[in-house]
Amino acid sequence: MASRLTTSNRAGWGFALPGFGLIALFIILPFFFAFALSLTNQRLVSPNPTEYVGLQNYGDLLGLAVIELEPERLDDGSIDRDADGNARYPRVRSITRSDDFPQYSGMREWFRWQSGDNARVVIASDVVFMKALVNTLTFVAVVAPVQAALALVLALLINQKLRGINVFRTIYFMPVVVSIVVVSLLWRFIYDGNDGLLNNLLAGLTFGAFEGRDWLGDPSTALGAIMAMSIWQAVGFHMVIWLAGLQTISPTLYEAAEIEGAGRWQTFRYVTWPGLRNTAVLILIVITMQAFALFAQIDVMTNGGPLDSTQTLVFQAVERGYGRQDISGGATISVILFVLVLTISLIQRWLTREKA
Amino acid sequence: MAHVSLKNVRKSFGATDVIKGVDIEVEDGEFVVFVGPSGCGKSTLLRMIAGLEDITSGTLEIDGKVVNEVPPKERGIAMVFQSYAIFPHMSVRENVAFGLTIDGTPRAEKQRKVQEAARILQMEHLLDRRPSQLSGGQRQRVAIGRAIVRDPKVFLFDEPLSNLDAALRMDMRMEIGKLHQSLDASMIYVTHDQVEAMTLADKIVVLKDGQVMQVGSPMELYHNPANLFVAGFLGAPSMNFIEVQTRDADADAGTAQVANAALEPIRVATAGRPIRAGGNAVLGLRPQYLRPSATPEAGMLHGTVELTERLGAETVVEVALRDGSRVIAALGEDRVLDRGTEIGLEFDPARAHLFPAE
Ligand SMILES: Nc1ncnc2c1ncn2[C@@H]1O[C@H](COP(=O)(O)OP(=O)(O)OP(=O)(O)O)[C@@H](O)[C@H]1O
Ligand SMILES: [Mg+2]
Repeated sequence: MASRLTTSNRAGWGFALPGFGLIALFIILPFFFAFALSLTNQRLVSPNPTEYVGLQNYGDLLGLAVIELEPERLDDGSIDRDADGNARYPRVRSITRSDDFPQYSGMREWFRWQSGDNARVVIASDVVFMKALVNTLTFVAVVAPVQAALALVLALLINQKLRGINVFRTIYFMPVVVSIVVVSLLWRFIYDGNDGLLNNLLAGLTFGAFEGRDWLGDPSTALGAIMAMSIWQAVGFHMVIWLAGLQTISPTLYEAAEIEGAGRWQTFRYVTWPGLRNTAVLILIVITMQAFALFAQIDVMTNGGPLDSTQTLVFQAVERGYGRQDISGGATISVILFVLVLTISLIQRWLTREKA
Repeated sequence: MAHVSLKNVRKSFGATDVIKGVDIEVEDGEFVVFVGPSGCGKSTLLRMIAGLEDITSGTLEIDGKVVNEVPPKERGIAMVFQSYAIFPHMSVRENVAFGLTIDGTPRAEKQRKVQEAARILQMEHLLDRRPSQLSGGQRQRVAIGRAIVRDPKVFLFDEPLSNLDAALRMDMRMEIGKLHQSLDASMIYVTHDQVEAMTLADKIVVLKDGQVMQVGSPMELYHNPANLFVAGFLGAPSMNFIEVQTRDADADAGTAQVANAALEPIRVATAGRPIRAGGNAVLGLRPQYLRPSATPEAGMLHGTVELTERLGAETVVEVALRDGSRVIAALGEDRVLDRGTEIGLEFDPARAHLFPAE
């Protein structure tokens, strides 16, 4: 029996309203706000009125140029070299602060490479942002495939009829339900440079030959350490999605393959993998989006350091918007991130589309 | 062609015994049909022959070799499933060639065998389609094609036609019959459609609760059912069973005289079954062998018409007998019989079957 309550349109809207209202207030509205704010010079607290500044925020973040520096010459025309024999170049500052090059003003050196005698220097309006961008892309490029593949392997392993298999499912899924902040704190101890678990473990395995290192304090290992920990934390979640996909494949297809004499690998190649196609697309997109949103681990474990080696886009957005009270700058980063993720997702959709 | 032999084969899933000691011989080139009610273990038995289920005990031989522990591929069998089990992401051609691809068969030979199978099944025009673009009958053809290309010694079919509609089922049934004649391979076919069983089989195996009830040619089973179950299972409409009392039993002549309140005393063959004088027994009469007598009092069974179904060439009449039981008569003509009219039915006692009461 349908009561008046369940058939009434007004009641339906009434029930939907609180949830919808909250989503509108905290997700949809800020989304459009971010677009609007990115075109202004709004600050968190400021006595000055907000002004419309057009695309200046975007220019301040994305400004990029390559300049070529000729080596300094001695009076006889030969290249001026230092004690190690390296050529001396004029300082980048001499260009970025010069009135002759107003287009480079305020930019700083990001990195340089040698081209013949000359040095080519990439200068950026916002070097920290550029580092954050590269770190984020690296993080996505490593985490997405590794996490997806690892999750698939785990799903294949636990998709068996074995006694006690649920214990394994639970264990692999457990990190997912623990707050990422707690997980990050724990891993900070694991990675600790003095007496961390990882150092002890490696030292034990190598009979003391391994000398401990400060995983999060070393620019060459910090990002890798965060990647490893992030993969570990969310792999169980994707394993469950893979598992759901695996269980939609009809068992008769496996039997048909068995009768035709397909081995393990052939069965995977001809039955399992094609049957997981849609799941694969879903997982790829979800992992990519999650990886782009990397924040909590950075905030808890490294704060973007050392030497900006673990800066990420979301961390920068928060750091600017609230840390430096530069709301419009933070909003601009959010918009750039949005466009980036959207573009990559669309490309992924297109690459994995069903070919007729 | 191959000889398949099951000796005292059993299967248990945990504590439940599903197949309880089965002996079946399938001769070279024979078409054997397993029939039985749902859940009697037909599929399980077939899957054991295929190698998809372990054999709990007993031996399975193919061509004289015990294959209990041999993987499916090396048994020389091919199987066609009820749900087709064709790979949705492959074209028809790739599906048919699947076994050859797995074996690493050279391209040219693969091509030739696929063409050959497609020709036999008249589906050359379908080879480049995807399964989603095929009808049910066409899908089943693809599945059969995949079985054919491997040149198996034994074909196994598990209710291959039960997902098809009636007309298509008849077509495909005939095709499978022709296929058997042209391929000359042994075939084992599971169904619970008795028309399929009767028309296709060289030999029918009737199963019930994991046990063989009777094995024999379709006509043997139809005319000489070994027990009540087989008698009731084969034939449509199914055989009438009438409770009767045995007046006397002549063990030497192998006959007994039986009667009841609605049945005139008649003498029927006991076919060696243990029928005792003065006891109860069950008389089996096929509806097709009953016909109305000239007058209601003339026949051997007496009752009134309850219901008639006119099918054109046949009229099915339900008769309420005087003792309160009911029988069905299938008359080979179109005939109008009003509800409630008195009717007498007669039959040739040689066509009647007498079974001990259960
Ligand atoms: N994997 C299994 N585990 C436990 N019991 C099973 C399993 N497979 C089949 N059975 C049982 O074995 C019995 C026989 O099953 P089977 O599938 O062989 O029946 P069937 O004769 O093919 O029936 P149908 O005509 O409905 O297909 C059934 O009672 C079924 O419940
Ligand atoms: Mg079955």
